[in-house]
Amino acid sequence: MRGLVPGTVHLAQGHEGVAVGAHAALEAEDWVVCTYRGHHHSLARGMGLEPLFAEIMGRTTGACRGMGGSSYVTDFSLGMLGSPAIIGAAVPLGAGAAMSAKLLGQNRISVTFFGDGACNIGAFHEALNMAQLWKVPGVFVIENNQYGEYTPYRKSTALVADIANRGDAYGMANTVVDGQDAVAVYEVVAEARARAIAGEGPTLIEAKTYRYRGHSRTDPGTYRPDGELDAWKARDPIDILGARLEEAGILSTAERDFLWEEVQAMVDEASDRAETGAWPSLEEAESYVLAD
Amino acid sequence: MSSQTRADGAVDEAVEVTYREAVRLAFDDELASDPTVVLLGEDIAAAGGPFKTTEGLFEKYGGDRVIDTPIAENGFCGMALGMAMTGMRPVVEIMFSDFLPTAYDAIAMEMPRLRFMSGGQTSAPVTVRASGGGGGRFGAQTSSTGESWFLQFLGLQIAVSGSPQSAYGLLRTAIRENNPVVVFEHKALHGVKGPLVRGDTGLPKIGEAEVVREGSDVTVVGSLLMVHRALEASGTLAAEGIDAEVIDIRWVRPLDLPAIRQSLEKTGRLVVLEEQYHEGGWGSAVVSRLTEAGFSWQNPPVLVSMPDVLISHSPPLEDLMIPSVERIEDAVRTAVSG
Repeated sequence: MRGLVPGTVHLAQGHEGVAVGAHAALEAEDWVVCTYRGHHHSLARGMGLEPLFAEIMGRTTGACRGMGGSSYVTDFSLGMLGSPAIIGAAVPLGAGAAMSAKLLGQNRISVTFFGDGACNIGAFHEALNMAQLWKVPGVFVIENNQYGEYTPYRKSTALVADIANRGDAYGMANTVVDGQDAVAVYEVVAEARARAIAGEGPTLIEAKTYRYRGHSRTDPGTYRPDGELDAWKARDPIDILGARLEEAGILSTAERDFLWEEVQAMVDEASDRAETGAWPSLEEAESYVLAD
Repeated sequence: MSSQTRADGAVDEAVEVTYREAVRLAFDDELASDPTVVLLGEDIAAAGGPFKTTEGLFEKYGGDRVIDTPIAENGFCGMALGMAMTGMRPVVEIMFSDFLPTAYDAIAMEMPRLRFMSGGQTSAPVTVRASGGGGGRFGAQTSSTGESWFLQFLGLQIAVSGSPQSAYGLLRTAIRENNPVVVFEHKALHGVKGPLVRGDTGLPKIGEAEVVREGSDVTVVGSLLMVHRALEASGTLAAEGIDAEVIDIRWVRPLDLPAIRQSLEKTGRLVVLEEQYHEGGWGSAVVSRLTEAGFSWQNPPVLVSMPDVLISHSPPLEDLMIPSVERIEDAVRTAVSG
């Protein structure tokens, strides 16, 4: 351990299918809100590796000038509005961005990503109620990774069947999708986007996925039953997409292996560059408190 | 302020309006001048607002500009933030200040922090408006001013309106500000009349207090209803030969310490009036900041606030809680007797 990453991190290995599939269905002008577990969304939306790493390392060369860190990394130029750490806070934020698009008559939507753990807090219900009431062009994606922090979601969530069905209570279109299959996620998000743009209102999507790592840096995830992690890894979203591409004759096994090596080299290089970034100054921090 | 000269030479004359009407006029002028301004709140559209501060605006501007919300403060404040970050200038009404804690996350943790966390990539031009304060016999959960509750949440600007002119000007300044502002009004002032000069010129600056009565013997600093009561007390005190200077702080954050200090250099005596508990209030910040800056107290400051009891709707009890004109007069006499 070289101590390059201060504080905590919330990793998203296992969630890649949700991010890659969903962002492929979005347009550049769409708004995106995610949460403190958001590295995959930053990358899938188009953030460079170096600004992401530099941000996580607290350097002024980071995407948020070193003010945010792993949890809050975001890029407004990519339409990303933020990634709050407060559970549920993302949902009204995304609903509000969609409300703007509606009131300003813009041809764009907002997509909000949050976890299964956010579905039991008031902000989720309040925002979904208003989103449907006002038929805002929003897509709300639950990344159900099976655990709210350390607790299986079934132990904290009273359900008829799936979390997505909570949309029924608001008359909101809703669906469940296999979050390990990026193509399946792409299809439901693209359909939800088309409905939103057509003025047909918001959609609640539950993408079933899995968090390979613990909740945060300090959590080894020992509460998971034996074999559960391996069973999910057997349906790894990167492997599934790779197999689909190979089947379609788009990417051979050799090309995939080459890509893995290329990506690893890019990651190493970006990480090396990121750690040479300067530390932010107090004057910089002061300048970010208030806008002019 | 009885009139104001505009840049083009035209003169805006003062008219007598209620504080409530001043709020409504501020909304009317901002809705008219900026199409991205929208109002959100409970019962503010066709019903005209629980305190009648939005009457006629729904009819004039329509349901896309004056929007009734469900009773879901945290949700609609969070939505307002999302709107503010994407090209709009929303104003949310929280009805009673006591309902602000239901929206603490959106107002305290999201609105003032997303800009900082992003390294200045965004800003949040959102205004939160709430009416608070005692005197209405509303009891423990609908009588707080709430004016100091957000002091620790850096990034929020906090305004307190003590007169119709302030209610109008502070609200317009808040709506035009590129940072989140919480504007506090006082329920007992909604029906109070005063002069109002309407128009774009002369809107108050962020963090600028107002000397509402000039005097030479003692500086009396207050907010909201306390300003009104201090002015009332100043008449009796003048008859006793005590000439009080009354300052309406108008902003809890940022506090106008230079204005208070300037007055103190003249009078040498300070009385702070707060319709809240002393601990954690802005009044103690006034005293500590002045002391730290080297002000040499010849007479100890007199701090008037609420006793450490919760507010009951029972009239004699509530009257003991909210600093009265008589209590203010006594405090000033104490300050000048030293």
